[in-house]
Amino acid sequence: MAFFDTIKNIDRRVIFLFIALSVIVPLLFNVIFPERITPIVQKIFDKIEALPEGSRVLISLDFDPSTAPEQEPMVDAVIYHCCQRNVKLYVMALWGAGQNIADATINRIITTHFPNKVYGVDYVHLGYKAGNQGLINVIITDMKKMYTTDVNGTQIDSIPMMRGVRSLKNMDLIAAFGGGFPGLKEWILFAGDPGNIPVAGGVTAVSAPLLYPYYPNQMLGMMGGIKGAAEYESELIRKYPDFEKMPHGGLEMMGPQAVAHVVIMLFIIIGNVTFFIDRKRKTRAN
Amino acid sequence: MQRRALVYLIGFIVLILAFVISMMARDSAVLEGFYITFGAFLTLCILSFLYKDNPFYKFAEHLFVGVSAAYWMSMGFWTTLIPNLIGRLHPPAVRLFLPAVADAEPNYWYLIPLALGIILLLRLSAKVGWISRWSLAFVVGTTAGLNFIRYMRSDFIGQIYNTINPLAVYSATDRSFMAMDSISAVVVFFGVFCGIVYFFFSKEHKGAFGAASRVGIYVLMVTFGAGFGYTVMARISLLVGRMRFLFDDWLGMIN
Repeated sequence: MAFFDTIKNIDRRVIFLFIALSVIVPLLFNVIFPERITPIVQKIFDKIEALPEGSRVLISLDFDPSTAPEQEPMVDAVIYHCCQRNVKLYVMALWGAGQNIADATINRIITTHFPNKVYGVDYVHLGYKAGNQGLINVIITDMKKMYTTDVNGTQIDSIPMMRGVRSLKNMDLIAAFGGGFPGLKEWILFAGDPGNIPVAGGVTAVSAPLLYPYYPNQMLGMMGGIKGAAEYESELIRKYPDFEKMPHGGLEMMGPQAVAHVVIMLFIIIGNVTFFIDRKRKTRAN
Repeated sequence: MQRRALVYLIGFIVLILAFVISMMARDSAVLEGFYITFGAFLTLCILSFLYKDNPFYKFAEHLFVGVSAAYWMSMGFWTTLIPNLIGRLHPPAVRLFLPAVADAEPNYWYLIPLALGIILLLRLSAKVGWISRWSLAFVVGTTAGLNFIRYMRSDFIGQIYNTINPLAVYSATDRSFMAMDSISAVVVFFGVFCGIVYFFFSKEHKGAFGAASRVGIYVLMVTFGAGFGYTVMARISLLVGRMRFLFDDWLGMIN
């Protein structure tokens, strides 16, 4: 019984230490588990795979560094896939920090791995604009009302790939990444539904349960948290083996994730057993 | 008071050091190394709160709040006010920053948002602060109007449409019965129905109605459980992200 008393009064910092070890050790030993793609992620993969060359894909990065570890692997995988399929990428952000994240992502994926892609012809960075869902509401009818220039100050009409793009309705797919406000939900409500534009994307795991009801009628597909990113990466490796040479954060993070989940479940079981034993002892004492 | 002075002192020394090193470092690799080390220091400052509250945590927290506020203000100014307001009202004024739009025709309709913006800032004055309510009323009214239509269509009608599906699903190609999809449709329909019954308080929860209400509770519990599981995954992902930064980017220990 002394053991249960110790467990009952365990310092929370001991639990923190166990969680830290459960994350650090698998990271150091590079523990990676195999992943299988689920239908909700497969739909996004299949859609991009089926896009003809030159199709237009809008990528909206609606997150900041606080959730970047979860979202960046999804964004990297989708942008890599789009570049492989030779589709035109229109990158923008509804969050202020998204603009710098987009810069870093373009540099990390497109400039490094696809040096033959030309800015303004194959991809464009439209930057951040304030306005949240109001912004989407404007650009669904006229993009130039909000975007007079790209992020570098180049006039929008002089960018070759902007010719023929009047509004969001000219996009073949909207891929939005971000679970906060504004995020994927606002893209569904203010662009996907009224404009009949396919909307997909990735969200933080916290937001994922709230977005499942939109699948499959209002949302094409969704990557929920790092698990969704890992599934997409595993399918990408299967189809494009070269992707394995790149850093694939989703798969790398799922190892520590799985071990940490086991540790948390063990603590939940220990906590419950201790609670019931303690209650039984109190009942007997009375 | 001594504790606050200590926080200020630590913050002042760290910022001066950061500024001096970033000015002195000519080599970009050295500068990048310094930034990563500074990032690692701030990460450890924040994580130190897990042990207990301390001046290092307070310093990192205050720095984060200050930098975030400045970042948002700067982004709003350079990405929205300059190109979308000043660039539209008086294009030559932005020639230095956006030469591409400097020769465009002015659009004086943008005087309306300019006026509303100035009125909003009058809130800073105790005497005429009440006028700012006009701008606020415009913002609230427009947002409510926009959201009402979209939420009504997508969240209300759209969700009803998504719920009421055929309970027996047949393949579109060979008309074969799809068992898993049918089970999914039945679970969604009865889950939503029982969930709504649980929140219906005009009738006592007894008999068949009470049974449906109890099933509704279980549906809600499963939903909360899924939400909790996803939240754990999200938080662990962030921890893994920070640990990767410390052990890979900073210490280079991960192969």
